[in-house]
Amino acid sequence: MNRENFRIAIQGIRSNRLRSALTMLGILIGVAAVILLVAVGNGSSKSVQKQLQSLGTNILTVSRGGFGRGGNTNGTQSVIVNLNAADVKALSDPINAPDIKSVSPVRNATSVTASTGGNTYAPGTFQGVYPGYAEIKNDQVSVGRFFDQADQDAHANVVVLGTTVVQNLFGSATANPVGANVKFGSTTLEVVGVLKSKGTNGFQDQDDIALMPLTTMEDHFTGSTTGYSQIVVEANSRGSSNAASSEISSILDSNHKITTPTGNEFRVLNQASLLSTSSNTAHTFTVLLGAVAAISLLVGGIGVMNIMLVTVTERTREIGIRKAIGARKGDVLGQFLVEAVLLSVLGGILGVIAGLVGSHFKVVGIQPVVQMYSVFLAFGVALLVGLFFGIYPANRAASLRPIDALRYE
Amino acid sequence: MTAEQPRPDWSAAAPGAASPSAVTDRSPVAGDRPTAVGDGVVGDGAVGGVIVVQTVFKTYALGEIEVHALNGVTLTIDRGDFVAIMGASGSGKSTLMNILGCLDLPTRGRYLLDGVDVRGMADDDLADIRNRKIGFVFQSFNLIPRTTAIANVELPLIYAGLKRSARRARAERALVRVGLADRMNHLPSELSGGQQQRVAVARAIATNPAIILADEPTGNLDTRSTLEVLDVFTRLNDEGRTVVLITHEDDVAARAKRVIRLRDGEIIEDHRQVPHGASVHRYGDPVNGATEVARA
Repeated sequence: MNRENFRIAIQGIRSNRLRSALTMLGILIGVAAVILLVAVGNGSSKSVQKQLQSLGTNILTVSRGGFGRGGNTNGTQSVIVNLNAADVKALSDPINAPDIKSVSPVRNATSVTASTGGNTYAPGTFQGVYPGYAEIKNDQVSVGRFFDQADQDAHANVVVLGTTVVQNLFGSATANPVGANVKFGSTTLEVVGVLKSKGTNGFQDQDDIALMPLTTMEDHFTGSTTGYSQIVVEANSRGSSNAASSEISSILDSNHKITTPTGNEFRVLNQASLLSTSSNTAHTFTVLLGAVAAISLLVGGIGVMNIMLVTVTERTREIGIRKAIGARKGDVLGQFLVEAVLLSVLGGILGVIAGLVGSHFKVVGIQPVVQMYSVFLAFGVALLVGLFFGIYPANRAASLRPIDALRYE
Repeated sequence: MTAEQPRPDWSAAAPGAASPSAVTDRSPVAGDRPTAVGDGVVGDGAVGGVIVVQTVFKTYALGEIEVHALNGVTLTIDRGDFVAIMGASGSGKSTLMNILGCLDLPTRGRYLLDGVDVRGMADDDLADIRNRKIGFVFQSFNLIPRTTAIANVELPLIYAGLKRSARRARAERALVRVGLADRMNHLPSELSGGQQQRVAVARAIATNPAIILADEPTGNLDTRSTLEVLDVFTRLNDEGRTVVLITHEDDVAARAKRVIRLRDGEIIEDHRQVPHGASVHRYGDPVNGATEVARA
């Protein structure tokens, strides 16, 4: 009897193709929307995470406090610390800071113009760092080498450039500038390496950079009396970055004799927590998109119910005939329920196809990433929607009295 | 077109034959002889009373007013009989038809169909009774649209639970019986009125029911189609099938062996007659089965 129900239902669907197609379209759009919108949400979350990961997930940046806070939040004058060599030394101590892997101070110099062979360019980021900085930031050298401890100790006049800087100074991002001398301000530095391109992190061009030993930077550009711009810290792992963060706070507090921290003396930016915040946001975004899509699936389900009610009314006489020649209540119920479920399942299959095809295209600049769970969820919900919204019309058909149904014109 | 036996045993594998007691047990009335459902022994002189109606009343409530559609009708129809029920509209003949067809239940009184008391039966049991014991033919054909003739005839066999090959074979034989061997895969919309009604007759006989109930089967047909259909009924009756036919046309009633007249829900006349059934020869060979009928 079940197979008969299928045959009868397929016949019912085929006998009114346009109407069946439109009903399926409702479910199709719902299912495709769920798959596609969840994929867009997921895709945007993935791209934000990728950007943050390219910054390094276990990196903590310590910078001097004060900016962005107005300096005075609770009525007391907070002390703004200058990050110094003692801090770097203390943070590098594996006993006091067991979760910290390596440390590099950073000194920024601004508005330094580089020139060579008639080209001039001011790199967006012009920094003096420790040789270990490359490993912390996961910087790799495509040509030449990164400067080493010997350069650092010798206060060598060497520089490593990002590809954007190379392009602006040497005319092409693929030019090999190793060995060339570039004049930064009044100081001539020898290019020893070019960094592998990292692209943009969403905020700035990471290739617009020039790096030199900290000692060289202090000698020629910034001096060594002021505090460091930043101290970049690498935690042992992504999981230990919160522990590293509190170690940094306590070490700096004790170094600078801060007894009642206001949180304003220095700032520790934890990349991992930034990542989890952003993935929480992305998750909320995905859920929201999914909910909107789920509503359209529900609307599609109401469409199924609507059309099934019309079908039942239209086929009242047929129901009467079937009952007169011996169809039981269950036979009629099954016939219309199978028809409703079949409509939504076929719509669901087409919706899955549409969703999967659609997710190959960029949506508002985001490459959607399909999540398998959303495919099964959307399809499963479509099936349940057909069942749920099919029950009422099917039951209505099955409960018709044969004489009444036969008399229906 | 194949030469068939006048009384083929194609009914032998009738559905439900295995457990007739399942329904007959409901009416342990002394003197009643429950007959096996669809036992294939049609018209071989079996003892009558396939339909036994005892002082049946049917009352409808139309708001405050009670309408007595049937007023104590008592009636027995023997196996193999051909009965025409006549009456003006409002006489209660359609109500009687609905009760005989188990589409409706009497308000009072008893109705035994093939020895089974249908009183108080559940809807699904009534559906089974309609499926196995009654073949309906309606005035407006009532074929399922957009469904081929053979699929229409198969329908009651589907509900009877027959396997696909068995039902196809049976449906084909039923269509051959009514002379539509060459129209099996036509849609109702491609058939004439008379042909559609013959498909309906084939559907009615497919499950080998105890009775064939026809409600004004020729009411929507022209003269020629009327003759085609009536010839089929005559032939089925000749084979031993019980036929109950509702009509208000005298020349249709003339085909029956017994005519019952109703007025205001009561039987006012009940007489036997010699059926007028020789028209087949006079009107040539309108249906494939005509020669067969002449032989029978």
